Amino acid sequence: MLSVVIRRLIVAVPLMGVISFIVFVLSSLAGGSVGQAILGPTASAESVAALNEKLGADRPVLVQYVDWLGHAVTGDLGLSVVSGVPVADTIASRIPVTMSLAVGALLLVIILGVTSGAIAAIRGGITGRLAEVLAVLGRGLPSFWLALIAVLVFGVNLAWLPVSGYVPFADSPSGWIQSLILPVLVLGVSEIALVAVVTRAEMLSAMRSDYVRSLRANGYPWKRIVFKHVAKNAAAPVLTMVSLVFVSLLGGTILMEQIFGMPGLGTLMVSATTKHDLQVIQGLAVFYTAMVVVVFLLTDIASGYLNAKARAR
Amino acid sequence: MSAVIEGAAIKEQSRRAAERGAGFLPRLVRQPIVVACSLVLLVIVLACVFAQWVSPYEPLEQDLQNTAAGPSASHLLGTDQLGRDILSRMLHGGQVTLLGIVQAVAVCAVIGLFLGLTAGTLGGWVETVAMRLCDLLLAVPGLVMLLVILGIYGNNEAAAMITLGVIMAPTLARVVYSATIAVREELYVASARVAGLTSFQIMRRHILAGVTGPALTQISIVAAVACIAEAGIGFLGLGVAPPAPSWGNLVTDAQNVMPISAWMLVPTGGIIAVVTLSLTLLGNGIRDAYMGRSSGSSKAFSWRALAVKVSQAESPAGGGAAPQGQEPILSVKGMTVGLPRGSSEVTIVDDVSFHVAPGEAVAIVGESGCGKSVTISGVLRVLPMGAHVTAASISFKGTELTSLSEREMNAYRGTGIGFISQEPISSLNPAFTVGHQLEEAVRLHRGVGKGQARQIARELMARVRLPEPEAVAKKYPHELSGGMAQRIAIARALAGEPELLIADEPTTALDVSVQCEILDLLRDLREQTGMALILVTHDWGVVAEACDRALVMYAGQVVESADVQSIIAHPAHPYTRALLQSSSVGIAPRQLLPVIAGTVPAPGYWPHGCRFASRCELAEDACRTGPIPMVTLEESSAARCIRTDVDELVRT
Ligand code: SF4
Repeated sequence: MLSVVIRRLIVAVPLMGVISFIVFVLSSLAGGSVGQAILGPTASAESVAALNEKLGADRPVLVQYVDWLGHAVTGDLGLSVVSGVPVADTIASRIPVTMSLAVGALLLVIILGVTSGAIAAIRGGITGRLAEVLAVLGRGLPSFWLALIAVLVFGVNLAWLPVSGYVPFADSPSGWIQSLILPVLVLGVSEIALVAVVTRAEMLSAMRSDYVRSLRANGYPWKRIVFKHVAKNAAAPVLTMVSLVFVSLLGGTILMEQIFGMPGLGTLMVSATTKHDLQVIQGLAVFYTAMVVVVFLLTDIASGYLNAKARAR
Repeated sequence: MSAVIEGAAIKEQSRRAAERGAGFLPRLVRQPIVVACSLVLLVIVLACVFAQWVSPYEPLEQDLQNTAAGPSASHLLGTDQLGRDILSRMLHGGQVTLLGIVQAVAVCAVIGLFLGLTAGTLGGWVETVAMRLCDLLLAVPGLVMLLVILGIYGNNEAAAMITLGVIMAPTLARVVYSATIAVREELYVASARVAGLTSFQIMRRHILAGVTGPALTQISIVAAVACIAEAGIGFLGLGVAPPAPSWGNLVTDAQNVMPISAWMLVPTGGIIAVVTLSLTLLGNGIRDAYMGRSSGSSKAFSWRALAVKVSQAESPAGGGAAPQGQEPILSVKGMTVGLPRGSSEVTIVDDVSFHVAPGEAVAIVGESGCGKSVTISGVLRVLPMGAHVTAASISFKGTELTSLSEREMNAYRGTGIGFISQEPISSLNPAFTVGHQLEEAVRLHRGVGKGQARQIARELMARVRLPEPEAVAKKYPHELSGGMAQRIAIARALAGEPELLIADEPTTALDVSVQCEILDLLRDLREQTGMALILVTHDWGVVAEACDRALVMYAGQVVESADVQSIIAHPAHPYTRALLQSSSVGIAPRQLLPVIAGTVPAPGYWPHGCRFASRCELAEDACRTGPIPMVTLEESSAARCIRTDVDELVRT
């Protein structure tokens, strides 16, 4: 088990280095300097150069990168070019918003997706086909469009739920939940059917297997076969799917935060992008990658626990 | 001889691949949904490409009398907040989005195909490096990376879409890679022992045929994702700068006019939805076409559908040697098993009758495809989905099994009748240790507690002669050898102390030396417990070694049944004789064995007369006129042949 973790980390740590390095190189190739970004396009060449020198932005990319990396490992992601606030602090203050969204949607997806997939695999009939149709719809309908429709119907016309803003849990737990319902629903809804389809397919392939045939022939009760033997074999691939869904949800939060006016990492990303705030972009890129790496690591550990063969590999 | 067979196998593979390739396009265009989606996409693409000529207005032309209006004769899809014609803006905006899709797809296809094909065909370190690279790229959150690129390169859509193509490439590479590997293995298996037959050209042709379908499916998914991503970028205001239209920023405009009029949401979001849905459905259609199934015809499979339909035939049909002496422990009369094929049903096992006396060992012998396994699966009611068992009677120790429900059957499976299958390792659940699985069986069948179950499980392991039971118990099935796994499977079947053990080719998958050990074990266990045995096999050596009586099956029917001694000495049916001649029983080892010419007719293609006629040396016109009945020859033997008398003459 430990060796799986170590092997994953051996890949994960360099990955984050590579991503941050690519971002660094790309931004240096893009032309325009940090000084230029801060002072704006009208600033004189001398003042830009002076600022660049002061900030160390005139050094070779590699030197700058190593310098940045040295600070990054201590948790210092530099200062925002635009606001001058430490990037790490800004990110930290916005994590709860984004995580509430992403984790809420993930729970929704897991609970509804796995349950309906299992029902389709066991009972068959309409559920399976429905999940397939919904999966196509979920992938095909743009989430930001769905979100706008949801705002229109539930927020404006029916006025059931707030359509904008985020209430921290500490301020008001009920307000927190209310502010999350719509964005979480819209964010999760397109992925539910996807998880359902994978759950159904994996359970069915286990049900067709030789060992299930042997268990049936040896008189095991169906509940034991399905909920123990089939379930444990289907769990690992479903889990892998869930981890991929989480990555896609993480991307989806950017749009949801923008539409529902939530001060999370996504809105930070969008504003940094419009303002060319390279330090913030760099920090966010590394943070998002770290999130994905952690999720994959947890998935690997869980799969290893579920599947002896994967552990042996 | 083996080379000839292998050569034929390769030809067979090539033919199948060619068929798959040939059937692909017709199957694709036969699906109405594929045609409809292609047409929709074609119309949209053409309308956008020729927007300058097709669109009724200029994209920036304002009609200030008509702002934020719904559809009307002059503005088919209404106008936006500045009175600009929505349809015209959509058509012009489509150029941006479609160009983005093309960029992303092109980049993705080039990288994905290159990585997948090189990794798949070259193997070795190239494979490792390429796949590691894919793993690495998979961990990159797509939308975030797009924003990073846009942040750095400022509203440069081409850069964003190219990045998207790169990010999506590993998934395509994996799809192409596994398709390539599948083709390569298929060919490799067929040609392993015939050096030189796998030329690069054969590889190339096959891989092309095998990869096209999966790759196209994945590419249509990439196109759909690119469409949504491009629109998303536009929606966030990071794409083409307004007032120039794009599908994404039109939705932003719609959001802004939402307080006044919600109409604009419909066409602007709708067009994105229509395009992505069409692309997704097109992908599904392509997948259905290369998987060889027409869409919608795939019957809903489920656990519930696994329950076998059982019906009792009116009257006992068919002959078969009548049980004599002891009351049989299992008696099957007139059992027919049908499996679904397409929308109809095809008979696999046809009116089979047999019985097993207590403590007796009965072999069911025949070539593959004769219905041996299905016969025993029919008795146990463990069959593929949609199976249908009809029988006058299947009785186990006097209980009529045909009238039992699925739940009631479970009282007999495992405890009355034990089962072991052909593939020992895959017959055990890969996710649990074998010790756990054995203890589970003991607890289930004997109703004992944990500690006692553990005790009994260890005893069972000792009885099947597993060395070091403690160490073996902690292992997973894939960590065991075939022989060890089969011992575990036997121990599991013994957990319920069955009076009848059904073994489906228990030694076929094992090495010769291990085969003997397992057969010895089965014989000893039978002596100790007095349980009866049904052993399905195609190996006369196994029959002679382990069984008392043999049932020969051909094309779904029992064609001969007799004591093992007499059947080997005096086979009555020409098929039995041919089988015996082609096996090594009674012949010096390594002598060249004659092979029975021809093949078993497939279920559904059985002739009206004798089913063996096409391969039988003694066939005459009378054999082909109608079904051949079972003819009782001696007290306990019978054969389904009208010329058994002639055989006597030939033999003596
Ligand atoms: S019935 Fe005729 S064709 Fe059939 S096995 Fe006998 S001799 Fe051969």
